[in-house]
Amino acid sequence: MANVANAPRQKVVISTRVDKVSTGARVTSSVRAAIAVIVALIMLIPVAWMAMTAFKTRPDAVAVPPKVFFEPSFEGFVSLLTSRRQLTNDEIAVYQQRTDLGWADQIALIRGQAITGPSAFPRQLLNSLIISGVSTVFSVGFGVLSAYAFSRFPVPGKDDLLFFILSQRMLPPVVVTIPIFLMYRQVGLHDTHIGMVLLYTAFNLSFSVWLLKGFIDEIPREYEEAAMVDGYTRLQAFRRIVLPQATTGIAATTVFSLIFSWNEYAFALMLTSDAARTAPPSIPLVLGTGGIEWAAIAAGSLAFLIPVVIITFLLRKHLLRGVTFGAIRKG
Amino acid sequence: MSQVNAQRGLSSRQETAPPTGRRQLSDMRIVQLFILPTIILLILMNIFPLIYSLFLSFTNYSVISSDPPVWVGLDNYTHILSDPDFWHNFATTGTYALLSVSLQTIVGFALAMLLRSKFAGSGIITTLVLVPMMLSPIVVAVFWRLIFNPSYGILNPILGFTDINTSPEWLGDPALALWAIVIVDVWQWSPFVMLLCLAGLSAIPEYLYEAAAIDRASVWFQFRRITLPQVMPLLLIAVLFRTIEAFKQFDLVQGLTFGGPGDATETVSVELYRLAFQGQFETGLSSALAYIVLVVIVAISNLYIRALNRLREG
Repeated sequence: MANVANAPRQKVVISTRVDKVSTGARVTSSVRAAIAVIVALIMLIPVAWMAMTAFKTRPDAVAVPPKVFFEPSFEGFVSLLTSRRQLTNDEIAVYQQRTDLGWADQIALIRGQAITGPSAFPRQLLNSLIISGVSTVFSVGFGVLSAYAFSRFPVPGKDDLLFFILSQRMLPPVVVTIPIFLMYRQVGLHDTHIGMVLLYTAFNLSFSVWLLKGFIDEIPREYEEAAMVDGYTRLQAFRRIVLPQATTGIAATTVFSLIFSWNEYAFALMLTSDAARTAPPSIPLVLGTGGIEWAAIAAGSLAFLIPVVIITFLLRKHLLRGVTFGAIRKG
Repeated sequence: MSQVNAQRGLSSRQETAPPTGRRQLSDMRIVQLFILPTIILLILMNIFPLIYSLFLSFTNYSVISSDPPVWVGLDNYTHILSDPDFWHNFATTGTYALLSVSLQTIVGFALAMLLRSKFAGSGIITTLVLVPMMLSPIVVAVFWRLIFNPSYGILNPILGFTDINTSPEWLGDPALALWAIVIVDVWQWSPFVMLLCLAGLSAIPEYLYEAAAIDRASVWFQFRRITLPQVMPLLLIAVLFRTIEAFKQFDLVQGLTFGGPGDATETVSVELYRLAFQGQFETGLSSALAYIVLVVIVAISNLYIRALNRLREG
C-alpha cells in the first residue's frame, strides 16, 4: 500500500525538475550563460582599456574620440622606466644622424627627447617587492605559530585576543598612522625598509593568524597525538606532521599577504617619501613633461597588476576563504 | 577538551617513548613561545600607538611645531562635534557607504544568480569577474580617472554622450563626483559580494527546490522563501564587511578626486589625512577625529565579528 502511494509521487518529483529536463529551460540556461559572458566582458573593459593605453603613443592615449584601433608602441614603457631631457632642434638633427642609438633611445627621439638615465619607478617596484616579500615571510611565520597555539591549546582570554587581533585589521590606516608616524620619526624608522616591513608584518599578522587557524583547525588532532605516542615531542609533531599538512593553507596565506602588502597605498603614502617608497603611491604621480603621460601611467599600472591577475587565477579555489578571514570554507 | 587531549598525548608519550635525554618543552611553554612574537608586534605596532594617540587627542600637539603637547582636555572633541564641516564629512561618508554598499549588494547578488549554475567555461568567467577586487585600489582609481575623462575617456562615448560640450564631467561636477567613486567601488567590489553569495547559493540543498516544485510554488516564491533566507547569513557578512571598508574609504578618493571638487567627496579618512599630514599638521585634533572614527568602526566590526561567529557555530 505504501509503495503504491509513493510511486507516482516520485514520478512527479522527476517531471517537475524543470531545470534538468525541458528544452525551454535549457534555452534559458544558455541565455543565462551568454549574459554572464557579456557581463564579464563589460566588467573587464576598464582593465582592457588600461592594457591598451599602455601600448599607445602619447598622442594616441589622449586622442579625441578615444582610439580603439592604434599602432602599438613601447613609448609608455620607455617614459615610465627612464628619465629624459628635451633636445633642442639642432641636437635632434645630430641625434637623428647617430647610428648607435638603442630602440628605447629611438622611441624617445620621436618626441625629441634623449634618455638620461633610469627613472625612479624600477627602484620603487623593487622596494614593493622587498617590503612585501620580507613582511610576508614574517607575518606568515609568526602567524603559523600563533595559529597553532590558538588552535590546539586553551589560551587564557583566547576569544578576546582573537577579536583584538582581527579588529586591528578593521581600523582605517590613517587612524593607526598618526601615532606610528610620530613613533617612527622618534626612532628613525620613517622612510626605511625596516619600518615598512615591521608595519606590514603587524598589519598582515592579524589576517594570517585568522586564516591559518582555520586551516590548522581542519587537521585532525589525532595525527599529532599518534605521532607523540610514537615518541615525537610536541615540537617535532608540529614540524613534521602539522606543517606539512598545512602546506596549502600556508601557501594561500602567503599569497594573500603578498597581495595585501603589494597593493597597500595609505601607509606607504604617509610613512615613506623616497628611500623606501613603494610603487602604489608613485603610480598616480608618474608625470612627464607637459602634463599627465597616460601611456606611462597605464604601463606602470599594467606592470603592477599583471602579477596580481596571475595570482588571482592560481588562487581561485582559496579566494573565498582569503577574503573572509578563513570563516567560510566552501565555495 | 583540547587540554584533556594534550595531556593524554603527553602522558602516553611519557609511558611509551624511549628517553631521548633532551630537555622537552612543556605545552604551556610552547604556547607562550608561539604566541609571543604576535603579541609583541601587536603591542608595539597597535596597542602602544593607540594609547599614544588617545593621549595626543587631548592635546594641541602638532608634529611640525617644536612646542611640547599641551593638555587641552576635551576641546578637540567638542570642536569636532560642533563643527558643521566635520558633520558634512561624516554625512558624505555615510551617503557614500549607503550608495556603494547597497548597489554592490544588488549587483553582486545578481551576478551570483547569473553564475550560479555551471556551464562550459563558467569557472573561468567567475574568476575573470573576480579580478577587479584583487587589484590595488589606487591603481584602479588612476585608470578610472582616464576612463572618466570628459574629452578622451571612454565612458562617455560608451554611454552615448558624443558631444564633449554636453557630456557629463564625472570628476569635475560636484553632483557627480561622489557617484563616480561609487561606480568604481561597485565595479571593484560587487565581485566580493558575488563570491560570498555564490558560496551561500551552492550550499542550498536541492531538495528544498524540489519540494517547492511539487507544491507548484512560483519562481518568485522560491526566491523569496528559499534562496534569499538561505543566502542571508553570508550576504549579511558581505554587507557588513563592505560597510566597514566603505567607512574607511581613502585610496579611491585620493586617486580619483582628492576629496574635490570643493569638498564634495571629502570622506572622513581623507579629511583625517589632510588634518594630520597636510597644512597645519594638527596632530592633536586629528587624533581626536581618529578616535571618533575608531569608535564607529569598532561598533560596526563588532556586529561583523558576531555575524562571523554565528556562522562558524551554525
